[in-house]
Amino acid sequence: MVKKTKSLSLNFGPQHPAAHGVLRLILQLDGEIVEKADPHIGLLHRGTEKLIEQKTYTQALPYFDRLDYVAPMNQEHAFALAAEKLLNVEVPIRAKYIRVIFCEIGRILSHILNVTTQALDVGALTPSLWGFEERETLMTFYERASGSRLHANYFRTGGVHKDIPMKLVEDIEKFCKSFPKIIDDLEGLLTDNRIFKQRNVEIGIVSKQEALDHSFSGVMLRGSGVPWDLRRSQPYEIYKDLDFKIPVGKNGDCYDRYLCRIEEMRESVKIILQCIERLPKGPVISIDNKISPPNRDDIKQSMEALIHHFKLFTEGYRVPKGDVYTAVEAPKGEFGVYLISDGSNKPYRCKIRAPGFSHLQAMDYLIRGHMLADVPAVLGSLDIVFGEVDR
Amino acid sequence: MGFYNSKKKLEEKVLSKDKMILNLQKIEKLINSELSSKIKNSLIENTELLIEVDESDLIDVVQFLKSNESCRFKQLIDIAGVDYPENEKRFELVYLFLSHEHNLRIKVLIKFQISQPINSLTKIFPSANWMEREVFDMYGIKFKNHPDLRRILTDYGFKGHPLRKDFPLTGFNEVRYSEKEKKVIYEPVKLEQNYRNFDFESPWEGTNYIKEIKNLEKDGKKN
Repeated sequence: MVKKTKSLSLNFGPQHPAAHGVLRLILQLDGEIVEKADPHIGLLHRGTEKLIEQKTYTQALPYFDRLDYVAPMNQEHAFALAAEKLLNVEVPIRAKYIRVIFCEIGRILSHILNVTTQALDVGALTPSLWGFEERETLMTFYERASGSRLHANYFRTGGVHKDIPMKLVEDIEKFCKSFPKIIDDLEGLLTDNRIFKQRNVEIGIVSKQEALDHSFSGVMLRGSGVPWDLRRSQPYEIYKDLDFKIPVGKNGDCYDRYLCRIEEMRESVKIILQCIERLPKGPVISIDNKISPPNRDDIKQSMEALIHHFKLFTEGYRVPKGDVYTAVEAPKGEFGVYLISDGSNKPYRCKIRAPGFSHLQAMDYLIRGHMLADVPAVLGSLDIVFGEVDR
Repeated sequence: MGFYNSKKKLEEKVLSKDKMILNLQKIEKLINSELSSKIKNSLIENTELLIEVDESDLIDVVQFLKSNESCRFKQLIDIAGVDYPENEKRFELVYLFLSHEHNLRIKVLIKFQISQPINSLTKIFPSANWMEREVFDMYGIKFKNHPDLRRILTDYGFKGHPLRKDFPLTGFNEVRYSEKEKKVIYEPVKLEQNYRNFDFESPWEGTNYIKEIKNLEKDGKKN
């Protein structure tokens, strides 16, 4: 006789070390098998989109640091590109290179965090200790460029805020030379590790079709074998001229996604090195004083510069009427900004497309039929950061 | 795992700005001829194609965009709600689609009144589920045939729709921990200082009649 059992509802989070933030999952369990997962999000909702509608374009930018706070500059980039597209501003070539360098640093920052915490979720402590050391170094680069380790507020419409010193460029180069060794070390701990493989191989498999249907992007899409990277297919800035490879997975499981992230870090290092090698001289922000503030010396000398400065920091610049959607390949996937301007100095509407939102949505589909212990493993490989999911 | 190394293959898909516009024009033409009665308006601006459809035709148009050979918009990127309180048709929804095969994006726009329920896209794109929930949460737009239309981002028991233009930035309720009651309590918002909304419409833009003359001159040159 088969005894019928009632399924059990389990509340996971919102305060749980493996929930990667404030995720509340309501799980329906049959024994140890997950029958249904219902993620409750919004516990970190700060109304970013509403706030942006009340701020000028310059004031709106720092909100983007606070979305995916492990790779802040990549988010800023999407907004800066959107405003530039509407304003039709030319970004100086040096600024483009600096932007790419810091975007790739952001990618490494994010991938280190993800790879190591994914390992932590399945029981390996050491990678996170090693990885975070490197993140610290990278964040000092952020600090030396922008004055802040995390909430950089460094990109501007038309370029970046300040030029970077030569010594910083040298130090980034030094880091890029030594970092591949650290990736090797991390791989030595994880890639062939029996426990790590048992916990990740063939867990959370996504087929190509499902990845498309669920609006996956970034590593989640590439892990399933879709060769799609916005840096290559819809290149922005100077990615067109750079030489890098796109790692693509085969099986679409957690392990493939891990491998993709590791390889992407190597590619990012290559990109940074190429940029440093070619880094041209010149201005780092558009010289159009209707958009970018004049230089400090000029303010002391020229009346017009003083007026420009005053106008920019009170009223801000006005952006022509229209709507644009710009997307960048953020570490977690396609991060997009849909910006509607009504011709005033504040955005009329700014819809933020966060990759994590779609990824987390598929949690129910990914985890069905898996064991309870696989929940943190799948969640870890989704690369969720609540700052961007909840906005 | 492997590398998608053949740079050539990917680069074939990469389009220059002119070619992109050309392709968008092709798509625009195709859509206009195939769905002539359903397309209200279409335009290409900032190298992006926007088509406006009636909200009752939405499903058909999206179905066509997804399945047609030269469209193949297989990914729904996002749904953005917009609120224009002064318009008769107050709300707009913008659906953003992406075609990997043709490396193209398209925006589909619908305009409708406040009480109008919209057909849900969840049958065609499973990912529309949360996106529609978000729109419902933020704007109070209802979706027909949605499997699970609940609030998603706001608090449990939240009232109102925060992204509507008539919703105040500060909201109505604030939350704090009460030592007395030993729990988190909700209270009406009490601000120590009023929200400072500066008027930037400066008088320094020059007088109107000069602007008009300038505009006239510009228009004259164009003609």
